[in-house]
Amino acid sequence: MQFGILVNEGPYNHQASDSAYLFARAAIEKGHKIPRIFFYHDGVNNSTRMAEPPQDDRNVTTRWSKLAQDHGIDLVVCVAAALRRGIKDELLAPGFRISGLGQLVEMGIQYDRLVTFGD
Amino acid sequence: MLHIVNKSASERSSLESCLRLATQGSAVLLIEDAVYAATTGNAAAAKIQAAAAGLKIYALGPDLAARGMAGRVLDGVNVVDYGGFVDLVAEHSNCQSWL
Amino acid sequence: MSDMDDMDDGSGIIKKFMFLNRKAPHGTVYALEGLEVVLITAAFDQDVSLVFTDDGVYQLMKGIDTKGIEVKDFSKTYRALEGYDIEKLYVDRTSLDARGLTEDDLIVDVTVLADDEMANLMAEQDVVISF
Repeated sequence: MQFGILVNEGPYNHQASDSAYLFARAAIEKGHKIPRIFFYHDGVNNSTRMAEPPQDDRNVTTRWSKLAQDHGIDLVVCVAAALRRGIKDELLAPGFRISGLGQLVEMGIQYDRLVTFGD
Repeated sequence: MLHIVNKSASERSSLESCLRLATQGSAVLLIEDAVYAATTGNAAAAKIQAAAAGLKIYALGPDLAARGMAGRVLDGVNVVDYGGFVDLVAEHSNCQSWL
Repeated sequence: MSDMDDMDDGSGIIKKFMFLNRKAPHGTVYALEGLEVVLITAAFDQDVSLVFTDDGVYQLMKGIDTKGIEVKDFSKTYRALEGYDIEKLYVDRTSLDARGLTEDDLIVDVTVLADDEMANLMAEQDVVISF
């Protein structure tokens, strides 16, 4: 089955991003496909390679990048939400790209399920 | 339909609205801070137990454990892991996150 | 909106999309950014329902004046939705009652639904996105 995931909160403040990641990993382990994950609202803050969490904490952004690289996931950051929050192409971690909300709507149309994680 | 609730019932109305608007036979999965509602002695426990008559209630085990609540789960609540969460999404034709 | 008229994804699939607004405007950004998703979805020719429950019903209040808090007043956009072919607006009766509101307090024409009607509408959707 193809699952789309929508992440609506930034890393660290809310558990949403962690839950989304663990869900995505479990779905892949079960043989499902996650073609794309969409980041909206403060969720766009998952994408910045400038984040430097302490050594003993998880690095949410690099974790997304690795998952995307290992499993061919398209990590899409909403352009309008990103620009509002100062997220630009030159700040993006590997695997992320900035695009429009139409990419989210397409996930709803084309995939079997769309699961939202937020606050 | 699968309903996903992630906020503490002591703080938000999302669980209450979910239980009010879930059709008979739907599944409700409690994750993150919502798992407290599925534990013994919580103010929302009676609501969960009443709802369990017409709905299937699930709680995410790793979130219960992370909150020291793994041993306090109400009877009638099914504990699942992330794989079980995935199965619930796959088994139901649609899902709704009560943000 | 002419630049958005042809955003068909090419699949020809028409799904039932519900956008569920449960949060008040201004205190957080969800209502405003949620509305942006609704406007984009309009260009994809899907079967869209826009629903307001809980504090989300406050988004539709007549007489909103945001000048004093220096943020955008997007409440008028709800009146423009018809021009985007988004005509299915539903409001939860229980949520209105709990806030001392009636349809007359709202900026647009809506269909008010009882609990069981709202529950059934939600259950029949293909995609539900909640803000």
